[in-house]
Amino acid sequence: MAKTILAVDDSGSLRQMVSFSLKAAGYDVTEAVDGQDGLNKAKQHTYDLVLTDQNMPRMDGLTLIKMLRGMANYQHVPILMLTTESSDEMKSQGRAAGANGWLVKPFDPQRLTEVVKKVIG
Amino acid sequence: MTVDMSQFYQVFFDEAAELLAEKERLLLDVDVASPDPEDLDAIFRTAHSIKGGAATFGFNDITEVTHVLESLLDRIRKGEIPLTAEHVDAFLAAKDVLEMLINGHKNGAAVDREAVEQISKRLQALSALGAVHAAASPVESKAASAVQEAHTGNAASVPANVQHYRIELPETPQRDVDALASELGLLGHITQSLLEDQRTVFVLITEESVDDIVAICSFVLDADALKITNITPVIAAPSVSANEDPGYGFFEPLLTEIQKKEVADAAAEAAVQAAAHVESTERKQARRDSDKAAAGNAESSSIRVSIEKVDQLINLVGELVITQAMIEQRIGNLDPMLHEGLLNSVGQLTRNTHDLQEAVMSIRMMPMDYVFSRFPRMVRDMAGKLGKKIDFVTQGAATELDKGLIERIVDPLTHLVRNSVDHGIELPEVRRAAGKSEAGRLTLAASHQGGHIVIEVSDDGAGLNRDRILAKAVQQGLTVSDNMPDEDVWQLIFAPGFSTAEVVTDISGRGVGMDVVKRNITAMGGTVEIRSARGFGSTMRISLPLTLAILDGMSIKVGEEVYIVPLAYVIESLQPEKTELKEVAGQGRLIKVRDEYLPLIYLYEQFAINPRYADPSDGIVIIMGVDGKKAAIFVDSLVGQQQVVVKNLESNFRKVPGISGATILGDGGVSLIVDVSALMRSLG
Repeated sequence: MAKTILAVDDSGSLRQMVSFSLKAAGYDVTEAVDGQDGLNKAKQHTYDLVLTDQNMPRMDGLTLIKMLRGMANYQHVPILMLTTESSDEMKSQGRAAGANGWLVKPFDPQRLTEVVKKVIG
Repeated sequence: MTVDMSQFYQVFFDEAAELLAEKERLLLDVDVASPDPEDLDAIFRTAHSIKGGAATFGFNDITEVTHVLESLLDRIRKGEIPLTAEHVDAFLAAKDVLEMLINGHKNGAAVDREAVEQISKRLQALSALGAVHAAASPVESKAASAVQEAHTGNAASVPANVQHYRIELPETPQRDVDALASELGLLGHITQSLLEDQRTVFVLITEESVDDIVAICSFVLDADALKITNITPVIAAPSVSANEDPGYGFFEPLLTEIQKKEVADAAAEAAVQAAAHVESTERKQARRDSDKAAAGNAESSSIRVSIEKVDQLINLVGELVITQAMIEQRIGNLDPMLHEGLLNSVGQLTRNTHDLQEAVMSIRMMPMDYVFSRFPRMVRDMAGKLGKKIDFVTQGAATELDKGLIERIVDPLTHLVRNSVDHGIELPEVRRAAGKSEAGRLTLAASHQGGHIVIEVSDDGAGLNRDRILAKAVQQGLTVSDNMPDEDVWQLIFAPGFSTAEVVTDISGRGVGMDVVKRNITAMGGTVEIRSARGFGSTMRISLPLTLAILDGMSIKVGEEVYIVPLAYVIESLQPEKTELKEVAGQGRLIKVRDEYLPLIYLYEQFAINPRYADPSDGIVIIMGVDGKKAAIFVDSLVGQQQVVVKNLESNFRKVPGISGATILGDGGVSLIVDVSALMRSLG
């Protein structure tokens, strides 16, 4: 069965790109429009990987990660941040919130797929 | 695997356009003195999101502008630089430039590179100026390092030879400061601010050297007293090359089971803190405008459909309505006792068809906000240009109107709003002298009234000048009299070429317009009324039908033909006496209705058909009213009233004079819709 990925980003074009690329690579992708939407979707299904943007309305990526890590079934699910900031501060905040890694925007579909493969195979 | 990125472009363009509109709305609403942090965040996010998309899809010019914009917004949002009206102006200008760039990529529209360059410089100057403000404060060293840090973070796209100079002047007379500012301004982009001891500081962004700056300054003052520092942002490479940095990383290489446990523990702890944090965030969130939350939801639960598909659907439903009417007519003479089941089913079909039709029509409906949202910016810019103060208010932006109409109302409304700003609302000093508040009030309101939508443009300005309009009308050779009622005087401004504006400004008042406004609105089946009181303001009231696709019609018979007359024009119908009919040389036939002589149109002559009755006293005369003018139409008989689905004759056949469209009747026959306004116009 295809691995499931939750892609959280408030930008529709980014979401489509992520979704399209990963589906092409054989993953089952669910999109969420912001942290709150992502959290709601994560409650309905335990995904194999969560990709989340940081800066979003309603709930940002760091908060989403913290919320997910507070859920029993999301203790070990890999979570990657897709962020335009790759500063050390951002990384340490991400790490503290419970992210497993980061991917700097902009990225191309190849790199995204490569990273996702590294994480969930 | 290669993915063709261009397939996502359209989504990006749409999204960017929406974000820019949102950004403009937020900027126009923001309270410069004490901005809401949430609004600043939202404004920042629009720039941030556009930048993210643009960078991903390789639109470097958009990325560059949004990058500078985002950096400045970020500093404002973090409270490093206070928001000023100048910022808002620059951000709005940046919005226009971004829109231009997006259109450039989208439609290959021309792009003004100079404007792009200018806005980047302007934003950078504001950033640098913020730094000067900070540097002038007691915490100089800290602020300076913050500036340096902020700049280092900027992977800005400034050409390497462009330098930022901070020029601190000694005490200098204001006259000389002004002269210097304009001289230095020739070298590049200049901004100035005052230090606490009232000395002036310039920030100059230029490609010229320090020597040139000193040379210019030494005309006015002693060059040794100048303090020039280079504060050019440290420029990092636009993006770190791929070989050096993969652009991603993991905090734990590969999680072992033990590590997983540790992570889980740490996360659990973090989650406790997070829960507290999120709780407060959520409470804050709950207070937010419910619209905004709804907008987020709407995004995930709505789809984009092409307008052709919608129109096709509407057309099909129109056909269904006709078919349903046919069935209803066919079963009308069946015995209810014998066909009870069938009659009940058809009754249900009628109700369902009606509901379906309403639901489908609502798809084409768009909120007036689509039109209203473009005005705050326009009013703001115009008011700024004219030196006026205007509070712009919209009401009923959620009122819905057919998409076809909403697009056609934009131009007339724009004209009316421009007129109000330009000629209606007075300058602040004039208003003060008249005992009014300095800021004028301009209201744009929409509401549903019966089967119509009413849109009002009101201002509390000077009002229309009766005497001047009358004088101008005489000059234009229009027939007027001094004792005309006000309503008739106001209607004069709709005459072609009519303008009473004393000075033709570059904003409005070139004398074209009001007649076009009126014509456009009439063409949509609407009317315009004016109410005005000298010194108190004016209101332009536009009334439009909700949709052009369905029409309340009166069917009439002439000979064997059935025509539809739009019910909106019908005032009354009557059977005239022979004595009430008059023929006046040069003026054609007239009919006397309650002491008023109205022109009488013989419809059978207009359409060249054989009538049942040739004399009006045998048939029926319908009194019609369009734009305050009345006329009578002579027909054989009235058939009845019904809602008809309007079919365009031009696209299905060709344009026919005196006919505005066609419809299919319940019995399957085709009936033409009489173009009443054209008939009235033919009377001259």
